[in-house]
Amino acid sequence: MNKTKKNNYIALILIVVFMLVIFALDQLIKPTDSLGMLLTVLQKGSVYALAAVSMNLLNGFTGLFSLGHAGFMLIGAYTYAIFTIPSAERDTVYQYFDAAIRFSFPEAFSNVLGPFGTVLGVIVAVILAGLIATVFAYLIGLPVLKLKSDYLAIATLGFAEIIRAIFQWEKLGPVTNGSNLLKGFVRTSTMQLTIGNVTLSFSTFVPVLIAVICITLIVLLVNSTYGRAFKAVRDDEVAAEAMGINLAKTKQLSFCISSFFAGIAGAMMAMVLSIAQASNFKVSMTYEILLMVVLGGIGSISGSVIGALLFIFSSEWWLRGLDSGSFLGINAPTVFRNGFRLVVFSVIIMIVVLFFSKGIMGDKELPEKIRNWKKNGLFNFKANRKDLGNVLDSAPDESAGHSGRRSKS
Amino acid sequence: MKKLLAIALVAVMAISLVACGGGSGSSGDTIKIGVFEPQSGDNGAGGKQEVLGMQYANHETPTVKIGDKEYKVELVYADNASSNDKAPSAAQTLCSSGVSVVLGSYGSGVSIAAGDTFKSAGVPAIGVTCTNPQVTSDCDVYFRICFLDPFQGTVLANYAKNDLGATKAYCLAKQGDDYSNGLANYFIEAFGKDNCVFEVFPEGTSDFSTYITNAQNNGCDVFFSPVSIEAAAQIIAKADAQNLGMPILAGDTWDSNVVLDTAKGTSVQIAVTTFYNEGANAKFDEGIKSWVNSDSTAKTNNGGNDEIAAVSAMGYDAYYFALEAIKNAGSTAPADVLKAIPSTTYTGVTGNIALDDIGDAIRDSAFVKRCNTETGKWEFVTEAKVQ
Amino acid sequence: MNLFDTVLPYLLSGISVGGQYALIAIGYTMVYGILRLINFAHGDVFMVSGLVMIYLAASTPLYVAIPVTIIVTVALGFTIERVAYKPLRTAPRMSLMISAIGVSYLIQNLALYITGGLNKNYPEIPWISDKIEILGTTTTRVTAITPFLTLALVLILVWLINHTKIGMAMRAVSKDFETSQLMGIKINNVISATFVIGSFLASIGSILYFSNYPGLVPTSGSMPGLKAFVAAVFGGIGSIPGAVIGAFIIGICESLIKGLDTILVSQGIISGPVGFATFSDAFTFVLLIIILVFKPTGLFGEKQTDKV
Repeated sequence: MNKTKKNNYIALILIVVFMLVIFALDQLIKPTDSLGMLLTVLQKGSVYALAAVSMNLLNGFTGLFSLGHAGFMLIGAYTYAIFTIPSAERDTVYQYFDAAIRFSFPEAFSNVLGPFGTVLGVIVAVILAGLIATVFAYLIGLPVLKLKSDYLAIATLGFAEIIRAIFQWEKLGPVTNGSNLLKGFVRTSTMQLTIGNVTLSFSTFVPVLIAVICITLIVLLVNSTYGRAFKAVRDDEVAAEAMGINLAKTKQLSFCISSFFAGIAGAMMAMVLSIAQASNFKVSMTYEILLMVVLGGIGSISGSVIGALLFIFSSEWWLRGLDSGSFLGINAPTVFRNGFRLVVFSVIIMIVVLFFSKGIMGDKELPEKIRNWKKNGLFNFKANRKDLGNVLDSAPDESAGHSGRRSKS
Repeated sequence: MKKLLAIALVAVMAISLVACGGGSGSSGDTIKIGVFEPQSGDNGAGGKQEVLGMQYANHETPTVKIGDKEYKVELVYADNASSNDKAPSAAQTLCSSGVSVVLGSYGSGVSIAAGDTFKSAGVPAIGVTCTNPQVTSDCDVYFRICFLDPFQGTVLANYAKNDLGATKAYCLAKQGDDYSNGLANYFIEAFGKDNCVFEVFPEGTSDFSTYITNAQNNGCDVFFSPVSIEAAAQIIAKADAQNLGMPILAGDTWDSNVVLDTAKGTSVQIAVTTFYNEGANAKFDEGIKSWVNSDSTAKTNNGGNDEIAAVSAMGYDAYYFALEAIKNAGSTAPADVLKAIPSTTYTGVTGNIALDDIGDAIRDSAFVKRCNTETGKWEFVTEAKVQ
Repeated sequence: MNLFDTVLPYLLSGISVGGQYALIAIGYTMVYGILRLINFAHGDVFMVSGLVMIYLAASTPLYVAIPVTIIVTVALGFTIERVAYKPLRTAPRMSLMISAIGVSYLIQNLALYITGGLNKNYPEIPWISDKIEILGTTTTRVTAITPFLTLALVLILVWLINHTKIGMAMRAVSKDFETSQLMGIKINNVISATFVIGSFLASIGSILYFSNYPGLVPTSGSMPGLKAFVAAVFGGIGSIPGAVIGAFIIGICESLIKGLDTILVSQGIISGPVGFATFSDAFTFVLLIIILVFKPTGLFGEKQTDKV
């Protein structure tokens, strides 16, 4: 008991220190610095980290292979955007329509509470984004969660596409602005606080903070009885049911919670990109998130975070040189031309998928992994592997691809 | 084997991290100009042609004199992949590499998305052919040298009504694409809402035959589809196969040799509004043609021939406009250039460029061109103005 | 205008689209039948086939380009299976599917790199690109011959599966993977044969498709691929006639939905356009979800027995 408590304190302290570092970076790095990229990728990385973790909750912890993530993020992004656009900006944003919703949380609250109200309004809008995504998830979950593995995948993928079409429908233009983008809402680049003549920037701090809070909540959930129920369903549905777990309810719960956080990730996406547009939330986004989860290890939360950050950092920043002629000091414009970065990147991903199917973390979390490394040395694969019981190997239901054609009786 | 692979992967990551730490800003006697253009995605082809204009201008005038000091101009590229969610980080790459001013982009959505990034970095951006009003309307650092959609839409609608004698128009836009939806909207406004049939096609559509049929069945007499080039090629092919029987009208995106190549030898009538008419400036035409022909990469990026796209001319003018602004600023600092841009004027190959209070170019005319399907060349029709 | 004249052009283009989907759908349904894998990369193989044709036709005459294209496509399908799927034979299904998504990502990015992000024009193949007139509607010959060619190929394929040794092996493997292995069937050969046939049909499909819609971009394959997969599910996964019929239904529905505004307005049923065309892609997925929820085995799928 004492040990867990101690570990919790350590975790809390680490988080506080981490947040302080982020806050300091926010003040120290100017966008024109050569390190300015760090803030951009940190912002984007935190969005994808949350998205990946929430997908992992479903795919890795409950064993439901869903490909509808982009759809829920879209709902979150639009909800957040619609409810935070200031009324003065509505008419320029909805330039071809007569805006139907003219309510903005930050504005409404700041009229009453002053600057604090803006913050509160943003928080309310973010939570609402998650809730509306959850409502959609609940409705979608009713028919599709009965389906098995790849059928579930393709059905959720289909729903994401349907959602996208609905949001782009011309007739809904007064609400969603049709095919056009939403902008002008509260976004990270405007999150600044001026006290006297000192301006504090929160543009990286805020998205990272939201991601940290949400991921902490997910960690707590996974370690609770609900989390154990999810894992039981993943490992063996029949056995789980025999132990008194209500399958339909547990799956629905996991689906809804995952979508709630996906919705929040969508809201953060809108915040970070400073625009929201349905055409960004395509199937390819879901695939990318899935690849992040795989990279980090299916069934590991810290893995998903690492996977997402690594993915965003390399694709947006570190490997950019591969596109523009010179990389690592090698100058070869004919090879290092546009698109080469993505080729190298997808090759790396294929290598991970084929040879390191457990990803970086397997199904272990960071603290445990560090203990293993301490014990065995970083590159002692055999020993480290032995310490890694893997989810996938121990999941009898969907294993051995070919006999996995049973449908639940 | 696995061990080696893993170590190799880690090593690559580590080295690239180190390599990226050392980005450098404008130093010594170089001045950097950022090129924020799509090199891939829906607008890749158009973006490449726009960049060609800048590259040619840079080839022609590789230095700029600020005060008494001669600076070498270096173009720094960032691909925004025609995608709004890649745009902010592409913009940030430019800001981090220490550019003094940014040119671009082709396509308005990416410019709007990147506006905030440029704004917080205080780096001025000059839009070359992004025609959506929102690009400059709430972004203090965004300027543009081209005309706007409301203007272009009206010109096209007037041309359809007055010159083509059309009474009913079929408008086709791409779902989720603000450029085509916006332009179609202004067109419909000017043409009369009751006389227009407006439809959108989903992204990734290849089969346009049903839309052609829709236009025919609705008894329309002009087909307006201001979409990206890749859809343009499909539409033309189907229009030819199904004997569309009405002229196709489009905006500046269609002024491209991809359209000419597809339309050559068909019976499709095509008219577009555009920024530049080949032949308006013989010196520029000749110069860029011989440059394109001498550079195989440039030729590939131009679609395999030396036909000059209007966006290339605009890119060319944008480069000189930026140089002019830098000269006026008398400094390479982005903040100084930003202050100098509003009062900068320049007479380029596409006409006079001066900016209004919002930061938009004061332009009152657009060229209307028609495709000659026998020769595969553009023919000048008229220079249209709006009162 | 009477209803028939209004609807006919939509039907014609729908049938043509359906025929092309059918050729892709067969690849999906066969692979799924045997490996239980949604081969997400199949749509991209289809796209690569088009790309190969474009590059070959630029330097060689068509009678060389077409066969070489087909061979390259088949080789690609074979290679993908050997490199990306075979090592995962005993891995869980999810890994296999992730590998498929990874391959699809890789192929698209490679195509992006090679084409430089520019869209490519498919070469014109004489005779099949000519204009013809059917019942008063003008169209190209390829539109007209696609459904017939598709049906002919399918008949040959069905014969092959019912009357040859490899066909029998395929049927056995798709019925029961382990038992057929015990019976001495060389599983790897059968799987490779499946991929070869699937890729072959995809490359024929790609010639027809891109002759009809000549622009090609790296993502050209993904939408047709997804729709073809939906067609395969719709018709009952594992069933070849099912996939073909499913593909035609989806092709025709899609085309009719795009024209629904016009049809309804011309018949006086609705007064103004509603914007149904927005949902032409979404409708495919609605159809998929309906069939999955109410009849998961599809129109012609066999009822599968549960094995616990």
